[in-house]
Amino acid sequence: MDVAAMDEPHVLAVDDNLIDRKIVEKLLKNSSCKAENGQRALEYLGLGDDKQNSSNDNQARKVNMIITDYCMPGMTGYELLKKIKESSVMKDVPVVIMSSENVPTRINKCLEEGAEMFMLKPLKYSDVKKLRCELLCNAVVKAS
Amino acid sequence: MEVDQLQRNFLEYTNLLFREGFLDGQFSQLQLLQDESNPDFVFEVVSLFFEDSERLLNDLTIALDQQNVDFKKIDAHVHQLKGSSSSIGAQRVKNTCIAFRDVCLEQNAEGCLRCLQQVKQEYLLVKTKLEALLRVRVPHLFSLEQQIVAAGGAIPMLNDFC
Repeated sequence: MDVAAMDEPHVLAVDDNLIDRKIVEKLLKNSSCKAENGQRALEYLGLGDDKQNSSNDNQARKVNMIITDYCMPGMTGYELLKKIKESSVMKDVPVVIMSSENVPTRINKCLEEGAEMFMLKPLKYSDVKKLRCELLCNAVVKAS
Repeated sequence: MEVDQLQRNFLEYTNLLFREGFLDGQFSQLQLLQDESNPDFVFEVVSLFFEDSERLLNDLTIALDQQNVDFKKIDAHVHQLKGSSSSIGAQRVKNTCIAFRDVCLEQNAEGCLRCLQQVKQEYLLVKTKLEALLRVRVPHLFSLEQQIVAAGGAIPMLNDFC
């Protein structure tokens, strides 16, 4: 049984907008930590360029879900998604992509690359139910 | 003043702001997130919005003042402002940002200057109204929200916008 599944769900929220980070943090209450862009998110997950040391493995292992904005400077949410899916350690962690723009080709591209869900911004209170359900499902799958 | 009356005033004022288009349903979403564990949540987010917006408006002013206007940079700033205003429900600011981005695409510097003026105006308007609702700058006057809380009441919400 995977020990991580027994802990409090832990979400990494990636967004370049300060207000949106605050709102996602509140939506997910005690279970989230934040990153302001793709590069920082990768470093947090131990997938950074300079190949992080093992102290980040514990941190990365606690992450049950990653929720990221699509439009970000430097690296888009889609590019971040690809990097996560390429990693043997992180590829099974569900990634949720958010965007303020409802572009079907963008949505399909992300889903095809393995995103769990695509959510439209601004996020609503009811979206938290969908996210929690997603976390719960993932925890159940991990435990089995 | 009695809690009931205060709550009615608060609802009426919020209702007015919704009717006049200053706020949209997203503001109610923020109110839904506020609870005993984080009783100042709406105030905190709105304060962050004020700080962030003022920084962006300042950056936009500087960017438009350059000899060679960098429209990509301008678009990036406006995109940020559009995102934040959308997330807190500041509808008129958001709509002005949408128009601003269109003008930016055309690479029309004069048009952008006009849009910037408009965004600044809309921002100042919503700022004044939100301050009245949540907190007032004049210390001896209490905002509607503060009065309700002081009298032991809960902050009411418009059911239509839940």
